[in-house]
Amino acid sequence: MTKRGVSVGVLALQGAFREHVYSIRLCGARAIEIKFPYQLDEVDGLIIPGGESTTIRKLINKYGFRYYLDEFNRSKKPIFGTCAGLILVAKKVLNEDAGLGYIDIEAQRNSYGRQIDSFEEYVKLKFGGEEKFKAIFIRAPKILKAGPDVAILSKINDNIILARQNNILVSTFHPELQKDMRIHEYFLKMIGKSIKREN
Amino acid sequence: MEKGTLKLKTGLAEMLKGGVIMDVTSVEQAKIAEEAGAVSVMALERIPADIRAAGGVARMTDPEIILKIMDAVTIPVMAKCRIGHFAEAQILESLGIDYIDESEVLTPADEKHHVNKWNFKVPFVCGATNLGEALRRIGEGAAMIRTKGEAGTGNVVEAVRHMRTIRDEIKKAAALPKEELMSVAKEMGAPYELVVLVNETGKLPVVNFSAGGISTPADASLIMQLGADGVFVGSGIFKSENPLKMAKAIVEATTHYKNPEILAKVSKGLGNAMNGIELSKIPNEELMSARGW
Repeated sequence: MTKRGVSVGVLALQGAFREHVYSIRLCGARAIEIKFPYQLDEVDGLIIPGGESTTIRKLINKYGFRYYLDEFNRSKKPIFGTCAGLILVAKKVLNEDAGLGYIDIEAQRNSYGRQIDSFEEYVKLKFGGEEKFKAIFIRAPKILKAGPDVAILSKINDNIILARQNNILVSTFHPELQKDMRIHEYFLKMIGKSIKREN
Repeated sequence: MEKGTLKLKTGLAEMLKGGVIMDVTSVEQAKIAEEAGAVSVMALERIPADIRAAGGVARMTDPEIILKIMDAVTIPVMAKCRIGHFAEAQILESLGIDYIDESEVLTPADEKHHVNKWNFKVPFVCGATNLGEALRRIGEGAAMIRTKGEAGTGNVVEAVRHMRTIRDEIKKAAALPKEELMSVAKEMGAPYELVVLVNETGKLPVVNFSAGGISTPADASLIMQLGADGVFVGSGIFKSENPLKMAKAIVEATTHYKNPEILAKVSKGLGNAMNGIELSKIPNEELMSARGW
């Protein structure tokens, strides 16, 4: 399966969904903005973008996404949650209602402080070569705890910033806001492998 | 580790896209806005309709009110400073506000100069009525633009005018050959480098929301279809009969702005929208959108 044949949905209820669409297209795959649950049938993987998690969560519930997202996850199709998207797929969120529960982490929103504490940092990834990746953290969450089945793909000091459990990938930062596509490429590989398994 | 970079400032605006930023004057209203799905709230002492009615000098909101609202919600909080009033902006930055709106809704403190926004780590949003004005503000360091509209009127006509003007001017600038850009920059009074950037990319270099007079789900849809990245709703929510219902409806309309069936559904039974003002009834010297340049 070539990348060209892969379709990636980007949940387009609110937030920086256009940037993920551009990123996926830049990698040579097909990207579709997802506004309604039935569209999930058309895609092989899903990105839940950054934005305001409270807003996106309300729209997920209001437009009946929950059941279809659960089905998507049950069928082991890859899902990538960035920032607000991470909050939405987490099993636990400190002081808030639980997320969708697709990855065994406990997260905290706005964990570094307010906008003035937002930052950029060059970080090492566990894949894609030695070159450091410019990670952009905007009112970013933290992963406070991760279960034993969660693979840590990048860290700053003791803070996990990129992690994966089976079909779920999460980042506390915004890979869609710059031109280094290594993380999107990694996600597309996850999708490629999941399609192969299915066939 | 770097903080306060342009990427971080414009990045937060990117995260707000497709969302509704609501004016609130109390903790109670801030919680209603968050409950309705606002992506951010603007902490104010009075909403624009009341500022307009009260007259006199409108200033930065009391920090006590701002801090209480910051404590009450988890979404980002914005606050307004007067045009050119960099001391108010410094105070707001020290409170830890997430975005500063250098706003024509307050009485301008400087008729000639806007705040030099590069001096700040906190991002700024500024109003604009045309492309030249938008690029001047971006040149001064604004990380987000909002078309001004005419605040506190419940009348969307100015918001439409400003959005169409900017859109048309971008289209024109994008179609011009390079050698004509300097004279365009001169005519618009805009920084040459930014005119070149618009020419090359065919869009503003920052996110552009719409403000000033949006008061129904249909208004939100209209302005999104004209190319806004999101909307500010000021008086339109808390001057309506049923604020929570109106706020939720505008949030849904902003997401599904291209879908008339959904717009019809969310527009049903909202009660009275705010009482609007016909623009010709406002004396020229009271027009807020003419403040700043």
